[in-house]
Amino acid sequence: MQRIGVFVCHCGSNIAATVDVKKVAEMALLEPGVVHAEDYQYMCSEAGQARIQAAIKEKNLTGIVVCSCSPRMHENTFRSAAEKAGLNPYMVEIANIREHCSWIHKDMEEATKKAVILARAAIAKVNLNAPLKPGESLVTKRALVIGGGIAGIQTAIDIADAGYEVDIVEKTPSIGGRMSQLDKTFPTLDCSACILTPKMVEAAAHEKITIYTYSEVEAVSGFVGDFTVDIRKKARYVDSDKCTGCGVCQEKCPSKKSLSEFNRGLNTRSAIYTPFAQAIPNVPVIDTDACIKMKTGKCGICEKVCQAGAIDYQQKDEIVTQKYGAIVVATGFDTIKLDNYDEYAYNQSKDVITSLELERVMNAAGPTKGHLERLSDGKHPKEIVFIQCVGSRCADNRGKSYCSKICCMYTAKHAMLIRDKYPDVNVTVFYIDVRTPGKNFDEFYRRAVEDYGVNYIKGQVGKVIPQPDGKLLVQGADLLDNKQILKEADMVVLATAIEPNPDVRKIATMLTASIDTNNFLTESHAKLRPVESPTAGVFLSGVCQGPKDIPETVAQAGAAAVKAIGLLAKDKLLTNPCTAKSDQLLCNGCSTCANVCPYGAISYEDIEVNDHGIRETRRVAVVNSALCQGCGACTVTCPSGAMDLQGFSNRQIIAEVDAICR
Amino acid sequence: MQELVSRAKELLANGTVERVLGWKAGDLPYNPEPAYFYVEEDFDNFVYNGFCGANLSKYMIEASKMEGKTLVFLKPCDTYSFNQLIKEHRVDREKAYIIGVGCKGKLDIEKAKKAGIKGIESVAGADMSDACDTLTFQTIYGEKTCAYADVMLERCHVCKGKEHVISDEVIGESNDTKDAERFAEVEKIEAMSPEEKFAFFQKELSKCIRCNACRNVCPACSCRKCVFDSTKFDSAQKANVDSFEEKMFHVIRAFHVAGRCTDCGECSRVCPQGIPLHLFNRKFIKDINEFYGEYQAGADTDSRGPLTNFTFDDVEPSIVTERG
Repeated sequence: MQRIGVFVCHCGSNIAATVDVKKVAEMALLEPGVVHAEDYQYMCSEAGQARIQAAIKEKNLTGIVVCSCSPRMHENTFRSAAEKAGLNPYMVEIANIREHCSWIHKDMEEATKKAVILARAAIAKVNLNAPLKPGESLVTKRALVIGGGIAGIQTAIDIADAGYEVDIVEKTPSIGGRMSQLDKTFPTLDCSACILTPKMVEAAAHEKITIYTYSEVEAVSGFVGDFTVDIRKKARYVDSDKCTGCGVCQEKCPSKKSLSEFNRGLNTRSAIYTPFAQAIPNVPVIDTDACIKMKTGKCGICEKVCQAGAIDYQQKDEIVTQKYGAIVVATGFDTIKLDNYDEYAYNQSKDVITSLELERVMNAAGPTKGHLERLSDGKHPKEIVFIQCVGSRCADNRGKSYCSKICCMYTAKHAMLIRDKYPDVNVTVFYIDVRTPGKNFDEFYRRAVEDYGVNYIKGQVGKVIPQPDGKLLVQGADLLDNKQILKEADMVVLATAIEPNPDVRKIATMLTASIDTNNFLTESHAKLRPVESPTAGVFLSGVCQGPKDIPETVAQAGAAAVKAIGLLAKDKLLTNPCTAKSDQLLCNGCSTCANVCPYGAISYEDIEVNDHGIRETRRVAVVNSALCQGCGACTVTCPSGAMDLQGFSNRQIIAEVDAICR
Repeated sequence: MQELVSRAKELLANGTVERVLGWKAGDLPYNPEPAYFYVEEDFDNFVYNGFCGANLSKYMIEASKMEGKTLVFLKPCDTYSFNQLIKEHRVDREKAYIIGVGCKGKLDIEKAKKAGIKGIESVAGADMSDACDTLTFQTIYGEKTCAYADVMLERCHVCKGKEHVISDEVIGESNDTKDAERFAEVEKIEAMSPEEKFAFFQKELSKCIRCNACRNVCPACSCRKCVFDSTKFDSAQKANVDSFEEKMFHVIRAFHVAGRCTDCGECSRVCPQGIPLHLFNRKFIKDINEFYGEYQAGADTDSRGPLTNFTFDDVEPSIVTERG
């Protein structure tokens, strides 16, 4: 029989205002095995921990239950306190009477009743607890960064500067990401490429950084400190070691009709291409869908003109397998598809463009060489209308519920740049709210209005109607003036919502990292662990975690790097002892558990068993406790109940359920 | 039937197999039972007719542990169970010589009795070579006839087809006896209100006498030790705390075989209380089909079952799909 102590925390008034903590302690004393119960203002304080330690020693406690906040907050605190008093840390259970009880209930009587039940469940569990001992695992001192945009680049540089090897995996042919597509950046209006390319060069030149461009993560196994990742290096059909980046192949390539991804499909590129002039690596790839040689076997011009002999039509995808201690996800974003927003005529008129497309139009390396012109007829526009919140802050299911955060600022930037360069162009912005929290942000927006005469109208646009003469009729509302507005425009720019790169779902699944309903990766704690994924060893950098601008992205990239460095600096990690174990006498050897194990921790062995006198060879499951992460998928799928999770055994869970239902 | 016997004797004689797993005559004309046959004389008792509903796949778990090969007769629908057992590493394909036997639908004697045919002394028209359209009963009240289809097991009205999905050779003709919608009954129950559903299952499951026949016959219930028999889970003493504990037994059993049940219908066939147990399993099958696409457990030996697999397109039923 256990000797259990129960410690009920007031958490100031957080718990005590809604739960009768004295009553909880009183009721706990009636439970089997409980020999001590008390309540205290702050159990997590030094004094609170001292009370626990004193009780463990004085009453020879073999297990304790702390009724307090979520175990995610203080389980470690209480475990180490107990350990210092000589108790195995896995003999500590937390009854969460704050998040699960006091915070969500108003009625004291009801809440107290529930708190007693939660305590009872934890007591029932601790009655069946057994001391567990964590093992150790080694840390591979190398980090993987998935995504080579500004977030990934910054994270990689910071980790590499700390002395650790870093690999960047980028799926497009060059690092640089979205930022490389931007023309100018707010609130300083400096050229995006001018500040980004030095970072790209720094990453490429760094002796600790290896960049895999045109590559994707194919498979991830293992766990914190010891991930094994397969990276698919897609065939470029150009030998990176031989290519000098002279660009002759691109000039001579006869297939020039493919839409340029980098220029958002606004112009074309050759079949063999580098996405942009400053691409790193400056090694082209061959688009097999467009390449005449690949499609018909005839052509081969690039091979003939290449002085370096770098073209290799036979090149195959290559799988690189590498071990990592930490993984940083920096997969970034894309703009949403506008199929649900027919009213803005995006698919009907070339002169209705997204803001990201406008970035390319304004850029000297863009489809119009930086001249502001209508994409339909190349004419200089006189009236430009910007529409804010296209797909953002959407109340229905057409778009996104969240604010994309960057649009108010970049629209002010666009408006200002246009007015500065082309004072003859009238710029009107339709907005719901202008949101400018950030250093020097509101000043920036006010400059657009006050110094550059941008016409801001509070109200949404209902419809954009392409006219026969090529103009666009914009129907909107001015909510401050309470009137309908009909405005003829030459161009309409849509501040299109951003969403996580769709590939992130796949990556999150491989990493068993959780994502929210909008496909943003979930942080471990919204406030206190904002760059850590709940999956140990996986960190988040940039917009994959939530909308943010460049300064925030760079800051978060550094934060993610620090977390990864903190992990890589360790030589060994303690492994979670709550791992699965199979009962070889009950195991059917059916492989169902191995099928569902996300960590590949289960294998099968033929063993000799003596089952109550029957000797036979049986195929049974064996768990590799170094790989097992204790997720419990095997225990619930096992039809015979042969699989059990130490620390969360079937009996313990049923005992908890029984205690709750009693 | 003679074809089966002579082929079996031949395979025994030439040493291909050590024993034969088939059906022998029971104590009544309509209750043959599974049996092993080792030598020629054993076959005097061998039968194969419309009453040989028993699925012999599960017996191959034990037979796989024996020396040498076992010849097993499997009807088309039984082969699905055998495949599923291969997938779960419960039977050894190398230890089995499978003769796929023709099947023209299997019979449920209770249906004949319900139709007023009682005191049965013999039955004709249900042999392998018969056309299987009419049954003739000699009873103590005289001769009675009825349509074969009227006495067929429920499962045969939703027949999976004539194909043996695994076999070494096939003997005999089969009929596809499907003449009803597989999920019609399930849909009826789905349309009930929660109260009606509870009443329905309480009515049906309260008949249960916990004889465990359903579990013991079920090819998917092949655990070395069933959780209900194990002392490890404290579940034994739970059995008696609720006056309606049968529900838990059957619901848990349905969960345990979900995604693995081939819908062989043995549970309902052997239930002495006539509980339509297959409805639980079929509800799971219907849901699985709707969520993850058509899936037939046992159709092959290497695919991943939808409930133990993950694809990026998987639905998340609790969140995405509203269901009754």
